[in-house]
Amino acid sequence: MTFAAALPAVAGGLLIGSAAGLLLLLSGRIAGVSGMAARALGIADKGPPWLQAVGFVLGLQGGALIVALAAGAPAVTITSSVPVLVAAGLLVGFGTRLGNGCTSGHGVCGLARLSPRSLTATATFMSAGVATVFMVRHLLGAG
Amino acid sequence: MRHILPGLLVGLLFGAGLALSGMIDAARVLGFLDVAGAWDPTLALVLGGALIPSALSYALIRRMKRPVMAEEFCIPQNRAVETRLLAGAALFGAGWGLVGLCPGPAIAGLVLGKWQTWLFVAAMIAGMWLQRLFADRRDHRSLQFAG
Repeated sequence: MTFAAALPAVAGGLLIGSAAGLLLLLSGRIAGVSGMAARALGIADKGPPWLQAVGFVLGLQGGALIVALAAGAPAVTITSSVPVLVAAGLLVGFGTRLGNGCTSGHGVCGLARLSPRSLTATATFMSAGVATVFMVRHLLGAG
Repeated sequence: MRHILPGLLVGLLFGAGLALSGMIDAARVLGFLDVAGAWDPTLALVLGGALIPSALSYALIRRMKRPVMAEEFCIPQNRAVETRLLAGAALFGAGWGLVGLCPGPAIAGLVLGKWQTWLFVAAMIAGMWLQRLFADRRDHRSLQFAG
């Protein structure tokens, strides 16, 4: 990986972490996307104030739109078929609610505060992701 | 306004970071998870970059009595690792590895107009509802037993 390729990754990461840090300083809360989305949609009763969750979810899309307009739409390659997209979406939705978080809440926020739950969750979903890709690409020979 | 403004501002920064970092692209996330193939380290750099300011903010709030725009800090205090956490994380990881999308990039990516992202997010919301439904039924059953 070249320096030029690594730069946007690190810069984007710094922005994501700053966003999470800012929410902690301003509102005292964890910037977890699955929790915010569930709260905004009325699926979760507990969590951040509803308006904050709605603002966050809209902002998430606004931020991506601003980068797309300013620097051109980022490349998005999704090759999965309809049944796989549906199955994956169901698993991600069900799993993040059951496990109380996703890559942002457990990853970016939980790892930063050395939460034992988040360390375990992150190790688990990373391992499950690696195992799934290994099965699909190297054992079944698809994708 | 003290709720929606920080939410919106943080969302904007977060979404911009996701788009800039390349993590909206499911193919690059799958490349990171594909340790036996052409491994793509991008996700590690993004997560590593994100952890620096995030960890700094946790150090900073130790000196603060309360958040700037709220009464108190609401940080999860639960330290128990239960089956539910492991099962949830494993199911999430399996879905993540199938397509390469997790909730942040999926929601932020909606504006880029790919139908696959919309279908994935619709299924993800359905999955969240299903989990709520199961949880409610389980609570109802345990209440009946208790009664």
